Amino acid sequence: MTDVSQAREQSSPSAGGEGFDLAKLLLEGRAFFALIVIIVVFSILSPYYLSVANFLTMASHVAIFGILAIGMLLVILNGGIDLSVGSTLGLAGVVAGFLMQGVTLTWLGVVLYPPVWVVAVLACMLGAVVGLINGVLIARFKVPAFVATLGVMYMARGLALLMTSGLTYNNLGGKPELGNTGFDALGFNRLFGVPTGVVVLVVIALIGSIVLNRTAFGRWLYASGGNERAAELSGVPVKTVQISVYVLSGICAAIAGLILSSQLTSAGPTAGTTYELTAIAAVVIGGAALTGGRGNIRGTLLGAFVIGFLSDGLVIIGISSYWQTVFTGAVIVLAVLLNAVQYRRRSKLPSATGGQPTSQKRGKAEPANPAQGKTAR
Amino acid sequence: MSAAADTGSANGDAVLSARNIVMSYGGVHALKGVNFDIHRGKVTTLFGENGAGKSTLMKVLSGVVTPTSGDIVLDGNLVSFSSSSDARDRGISIIHQELSLAPNLSVRDNIFMGRELRTRTGLDFAEESRQARALMADLEEDIDPMTLVEDLRLGQQQIVEIARALSVDSRILIMDEPTSALSATEVEVLFKVIRDLTSRGVSIVYISHHLEEALQITDYAVVLRDGAITATAEARDIDLEWIVRNMVGENFDLGSPPIGHAFGEVALSIEDVSVVDTSGSGYSVVDHLSLDVRAGEIVCIYGLMGAGRTELLEAVAGRVPMAGGRALLEGEDVSGLSIAQRISRGLVLVPEDRQRDGLVQTMTVGRNLSLASIEAFAKGLFLSRSRERELVEDSIRKVTVKTAGGNAMIGSLSGGNQQKVVIGKMLTTNPKVILLDEPSRGIDVGAKAEVFRLLSERAAQGLAVVFSTSEVNECLSIAHRIVVMRRGRISAEFGANATKEQIMAASGEAVVA
Repeated sequence: MTDVSQAREQSSPSAGGEGFDLAKLLLEGRAFFALIVIIVVFSILSPYYLSVANFLTMASHVAIFGILAIGMLLVILNGGIDLSVGSTLGLAGVVAGFLMQGVTLTWLGVVLYPPVWVVAVLACMLGAVVGLINGVLIARFKVPAFVATLGVMYMARGLALLMTSGLTYNNLGGKPELGNTGFDALGFNRLFGVPTGVVVLVVIALIGSIVLNRTAFGRWLYASGGNERAAELSGVPVKTVQISVYVLSGICAAIAGLILSSQLTSAGPTAGTTYELTAIAAVVIGGAALTGGRGNIRGTLLGAFVIGFLSDGLVIIGISSYWQTVFTGAVIVLAVLLNAVQYRRRSKLPSATGGQPTSQKRGKAEPANPAQGKTAR
Repeated sequence: MSAAADTGSANGDAVLSARNIVMSYGGVHALKGVNFDIHRGKVTTLFGENGAGKSTLMKVLSGVVTPTSGDIVLDGNLVSFSSSSDARDRGISIIHQELSLAPNLSVRDNIFMGRELRTRTGLDFAEESRQARALMADLEEDIDPMTLVEDLRLGQQQIVEIARALSVDSRILIMDEPTSALSATEVEVLFKVIRDLTSRGVSIVYISHHLEEALQITDYAVVLRDGAITATAEARDIDLEWIVRNMVGENFDLGSPPIGHAFGEVALSIEDVSVVDTSGSGYSVVDHLSLDVRAGEIVCIYGLMGAGRTELLEAVAGRVPMAGGRALLEGEDVSGLSIAQRISRGLVLVPEDRQRDGLVQTMTVGRNLSLASIEAFAKGLFLSRSRERELVEDSIRKVTVKTAGGNAMIGSLSGGNQQKVVIGKMLTTNPKVILLDEPSRGIDVGAKAEVFRLLSERAAQGLAVVFSTSEVNECLSIAHRIVVMRRGRISAEFGANATKEQIMAASGEAVVA
């Protein structure tokens, strides 16, 4: 009791100078500042960049990556990786396109035209199934996430190509008399002037934020990503959490697939190739740690906007796509470098980033784990 | 700090001296002007609580870190080490508190890592193997040099770490907690090796939390407190009480069994439990063991490394499967339940290794504390922040965690306080039975006493407490009953009035071995 009050007293005068705080602010808010720099620079370089219309267009591009990245964030928070989201996106689009053409049931001699909402639900279920396969492989059969999702990435892409023999569904409009119109509403149309995709992104981001911050599942996810063994011993259902994140990631990929098909008004089997890497990049730029346990939705959204606004800006000012690739890569490397700096500071100076100054003398913060830790598995 | 001046007189036989060493991290001083001598051909033991600065001082002396100010004098010459390998080249090597072995490599490869023996065409594996085998023979450990380190138990890994330090012919050998995972017999062997080394003129610096043990081997004792030397003396002039007094600045007592409350019904009943070794050798690490613990009772399980204490507790908590038998919590069979189900029914485990199994390093103190009792502050689908804050603040107060508050990162706490967080996390679930696997491991005497006081308070309120330990002193503190485990079985049971000799004999440690 006395110890605690003593500690409180010690903690009240805040340590650390003011100049130090600026560096900390820049480091912590780096994705945000990067986004502002990008907007300012491109607004100067091009008269077309800074306009509501352009921002909405760019935002609708960001929506795809943003949704994928939120799913990816969940997986990365868990300490995993999901390389299959780009392929899942493509597969979901193709399946949706296939369903829109009507399903011929030969043994009944009828052709079914499911309404768009059924198509959307089925596509999302498909995404969930792909995620479930990933999750079960990883949680149940202990296949490393990288390999499991790599394999599923190939399989999903292959299935998408098989379904269309490599061709693209160009007619997603449906027919009024069949009652299956409205595919445009999934991403192409606008709601109060805002592209549907952006609305969906916002909704998913809000739900994601609430889940991560205000539910038991969110807490379980951070805990099992930070230290799976400790979480398990604290009663966290670590396997369920692990499977769930892949399922959710798969659903996010399917939603992104629907939106992309709707935006393009076509569903091709190669849609979304390498998008998984963009999603990972967005998560990393947003400050999440690939080792799990650290990261949040806000950062990930900023990451997605940084990548999206940068690449669209480069297109607008007419820089060659080869250079765009170089720039994007440089931004990713820079982001990871800064992450490393931030986490190193955090482990050295717990008080600097912990939100509150700690009472303990630094000498006491020496990690006193006897003998173990490093070598024991 | 004035006591530090005493060391100046003994300067003549100092092989390595630290002069006025200050080590600051940011605005915090881990070492505040320390004068420290390593006596030639003697064992100098550094005593001090966690966070006193022992490890920091050793890192300075072995070149791992450069001090903020101060001098290092080696054989009368002022030196500065650019790195730990620089220090090693000058004959100073260190066995770190944390093992630094590559688990995927063999014992031989670990011992010679970074300084492999070469022939003209490649590596001299034969000579390396021969030397590794010789080292293992010196340490009386039956380990084949080609065994992978990951296949060794922790104690044996520590032996490999020691062997690696011995393989370099050092003049000065720093041992930072070398025995934390060793059995009593292994410690004996290590001490024999240390005496052999000192007789050959090697100077040893020894650090240990096992005070009695360290007192056996030491020639000079130096006590460090809060980054400054508080006392130095020759071993023949001091006793345990002197060390502890200087370490904590006051007398301490690990407590006595709480009395004045009646035991309740049997809370935990372990019936005929067996656990098979996970490495696949098929032998039983816990062998048809039965034990009843009543509400309000504190039972201490004493045993050497490998006696099966950890496996028993982990099997009861649901971490490892039982090969046979069952565990009953208040009469209900919990053997088939998940860890989460056992926790919600009131059976919890505080694991042995808090870094690996106890804490989530990426989360705050508060979130660690509340992790096992999320249901308690969930409102429907969502978590109530205000209720969580109450829970966390209540918990911090009850287990007396020294922290700036629930929002501090867990890594900012000292070892003892981290351990209190792990215990507090489990106590927050309002358990009926708490199992603690070596709860005092790697924490200082003060924190240890607080942990034991906390447990005896809760026992008086009806909690059944089972804790394991490898220190006899701890058995003879708060436990009502002492159970000695040996080779997976209970070899003896004592009341609180047992003697150390009885307990150690039953564990196979002292007389029989």
